This record gives sequence, C-alpha cells and structure tokens, in this order.
Amino acid sequence: MATTIDSLLGVHEQALIYRSKRAEVLASNMANADTPGYKARDFDFKSVLHNLNTPAGHVKQTNSKHIALDKTPASVSLAYRIPISASLDGNTVDTQVEQANYAQNAMDYQASLRFVNGKISGYLSALRGD
Amino acid sequence: MSLYNIFDIAGSGMSAQSTRLNIVSSNMANAETVSSSTGETYRARQPVFGAVLQDAMSSQRAASKGVRVLGVVESQAPLRQEYSPQHPMANGEGYIFKSNVNMVEEMTNMMSASQSYKNNVEMLNTAKQLLQQTLKIGQ
Repeated sequence: MATTIDSLLGVHEQALIYRSKRAEVLASNMANADTPGYKARDFDFKSVLHNLNTPAGHVKQTNSKHIALDKTPASVSLAYRIPISASLDGNTVDTQVEQANYAQNAMDYQASLRFVNGKISGYLSALRGD
Repeated sequence: MSLYNIFDIAGSGMSAQSTRLNIVSSNMANAETVSSSTGETYRARQPVFGAVLQDAMSSQRAASKGVRVLGVVESQAPLRQEYSPQHPMANGEGYIFKSNVNMVEEMTNMMSASQSYKNNVEMLNTAKQLLQQTLKIGQ
C-alpha cells in the first residue's frame, strides 16, 4: 500500500490553505472598515471547491517550460460582498458581519487542524504498531 | 503563509487608527483656540484612509494588504466668529475667531477609532493563536 503524506492528509491540507487565505481577506476587510469607497471581498466557497475537484486540472507537463495549472485556493477570483445597507462613503464593510465570518473561519481552521492532527497520530500509531 | 500577513494587515489598521486618535486629540485640545483672523484659526482635521493594494496586476485575485493614511484634510466648516472688543486677540473691528471643532463629532470619532483599534487587536490575537496551534501539528 503506497501511502504518501499528501494522500494521507487528503483535502485537509488544501482546506487549511484556503482558511488561512480567507482569514487574510477578512482581516483586510476589517482593517479597511473606515476606508471610503472600499468594497468588502470574500471567497466563493463553491467555486473554490469546484476548482479543487475538476479533473481537467491534471494537465500533463511534457516540457519543463510548461506552466502547471494553479489549483490553489488563491487562484480563484475573489468576489465582492453584497452590502446589507448602503453607506454614504461607498464603503461596503459591515464590521459585525466580518467579525462573525472571521470567528467562523477561525473555528473551521481549528477543525481542519484537528483533522490533520488525527490523521498524523493515527499514522504514527500504525507505524509503532502498539 | 498567509496567516503571517494578518500581522501586517492588523498592524497597518492599528497604525491608521492611532493616527486618527492622535488627530482627534489634537482637535479637542485646540477646540477653544482663538485668533484674530480667519487664516490663522485652527480648523478641525480629519485623516483620509486608503486601502493598500497588493499589486495592480493581480487585483482581481488578491485582497488588499491593509490600510494607510493617505492624508489629512482640514474641515471647511465656518469658523465661530464672535464680537468681543475687550479680548486681547480681537481685530480692528472687535471680532475674534474660534476654531470650528465640533466636540460631539470628535467624541464619536474617538469612540469609533478606539473600537476599530480593538477590532484589529482581537484579529491579531486570533491569528496568533491559530499560528501557535499550527506549529504544534503532529505533537
């Protein structure tokens, strides 16, 4: 049974990358809560997941100069958030919404961490055989 | 590792908000300053924030890298003109000019700035906790 560390961690590695990217985007939204004209942004989870699952992404590279398809969550375009209420200065950041999303994202990140830790400890106990 | 970028973003937010607090305190300290001409009188100041863009080529993909103070603008609201010939700063016609600082405006501005500052601190703390947990993977 050939098991690499990549196949062991499965989707959780990508999930961690996605959550950390999203944390960055939400952080810049909150930092710009008072910037006139700033538009709040976020990832569309559906398109991120779709991007990871499309088999068309596995393009054969027959030459070292071929560019590999970027499958990381960051390659998905950021979307703009639809504001709940309009503001006079054109800013669409709702601090409460961003805070809630940030908290949820932090919890999701910790959940992914836990999955990764569980996989690793399972692997280790299989190696030790005890 | 993009969680590290949160330190930069939150840092830029804290720096911008503390500049705003600084300007608010300067406005409040100068609220009662008096002069004899419109040109010399202290006018209320406001910082203007702008988002720092990661890089122009990938603006569609990347989020902004934080916030910065683009500049400080002076309020164009009318000054408070008062007739008081006994005042040592009164001009030839007996008028003095007081600054156009609105105390209520400044107080709300101060509360908003301190709340935003706290937001950035909390954000940084959460990112720090997540990073510490990430460092402990597999232990």
